[in-house]
Amino acid sequence: MRNLWIFISKYNAIILFFVFFFISLGILINNNSYQRASSWNSSNELVAKQYQKINEFKNYLRLREINDSLATENSRLHNLLPQLDSASLSNQTKKITDTVYRQQYRYLTAEVINNSINQKNNYLTINKGSNDGIKQGMGVIGPNGVVGIVLNVSPKYATIQSLLHNDTRISASLSTTKAFGSLVWGEGNFNSQFAILQDVPNHIKVKKGEKVITSGYSLFPAGINIGRVVETDLKGGNNFLNIKVILSTNFASLSYVYVITDGGAREKEQLESLNKKE
Amino acid sequence: MERIPIYIVRFILLIFIQVFLLKNIGFYNLATPFVYLLFILILPFKTPNWLLFTLSFLLGLSVDVFYDTLGLHALASTVLALGRISLIRITVSAEDQDNEPEPSMNHMGFRWFLIYAFILILCHHLVLFTFETFRLSDFGITLLRTILSSFFTLFLILLSELLFYRNKKR
Repeated sequence: MRNLWIFISKYNAIILFFVFFFISLGILINNNSYQRASSWNSSNELVAKQYQKINEFKNYLRLREINDSLATENSRLHNLLPQLDSASLSNQTKKITDTVYRQQYRYLTAEVINNSINQKNNYLTINKGSNDGIKQGMGVIGPNGVVGIVLNVSPKYATIQSLLHNDTRISASLSTTKAFGSLVWGEGNFNSQFAILQDVPNHIKVKKGEKVITSGYSLFPAGINIGRVVETDLKGGNNFLNIKVILSTNFASLSYVYVITDGGAREKEQLESLNKKE
Repeated sequence: MERIPIYIVRFILLIFIQVFLLKNIGFYNLATPFVYLLFILILPFKTPNWLLFTLSFLLGLSVDVFYDTLGLHALASTVLALGRISLIRITVSAEDQDNEPEPSMNHMGFRWFLIYAFILILCHHLVLFTFETFRLSDFGITLLRTILSSFFTLFLILLSELLFYRNKKR
């Protein structure tokens, strides 16, 4: 017993090291998965509040910029309004009930209170949470395009796994050919302005400057802007092209985002869970 | 004992700077500074080992909470604490450990501190980036990030130490 005690006191540094090392390793591995149950991150009440305070101050300095982006978006939406009016007008005369006009996606505005673009895996925190109906896995878009996917939700806040994250894959398609692939970031490319569109078959002709939009197969409605093609065929891969895309969203100056609450999501989920059972 | 409030203030201040200021700084994700580990570097010589490890762990964990990387910085800081213990045991004589309060630039001189800080920062960053990537396939880019970030961190730590540098009184 005495010898054991001497041993422990002699090598206490190493023993303590292993204790703390394995504690942190355990925490790290437990929290590595996509479905994190723990609230020890920036959707945590205490942490998010600190971010919000700093953000209030920062936003004040950027009021002009935010105002400009909101005004341009407003004008874009105004331009769309006449089209909608004419559509509903023709509908009135014919009196056809058509589910096309039923709103499938609802948008919820939220303020970004924390944002990062310089990490290997980037996250955002917004000031809306489960009290406002936000749930894990919902899509998030900004004024200019896709932003990310909701990862963790607390009553008042939510964290978003940004597009600039190693695990984020978004189904995207090219606007002219409608060929689709998955959009990824990371893997050698750590610039916050670019992403790579993978898995587009080799025979598709891709033009430079062509628009890249969401395909509608994932959480996002079809046709939302993602970016433009800069370079095609980066590595000269086997059967698939790697297309470099410049992102339309400027992640460095993101201040407001829209969370997409999919109206038909529950139905879709139930249907897809049936597939998994079999 | 009377210096405990100073250390508490230093702890909070360094986390604050790291999380709200330095988190937004980086060159193409290759060089990102982690200045918070200055706190562990200049803890007093007489800090018992259990306290050193606990403080490192807590410091890392607090940074993790803000970075959304739970456990990662805690792990790297724990490795840093072990590195600190062994490096001090090798390079500082028992006499110096009794006479000098803490291993800062003020007390130990510029050259010793430069080497001490550089080795420890390199260890910390290597562990940090390796566990962040969590695979060995793109080790080259991990190594590049480690080296560039280490220089960035070292630069900022030396800068902050020089701010409070006084000529040696001994």
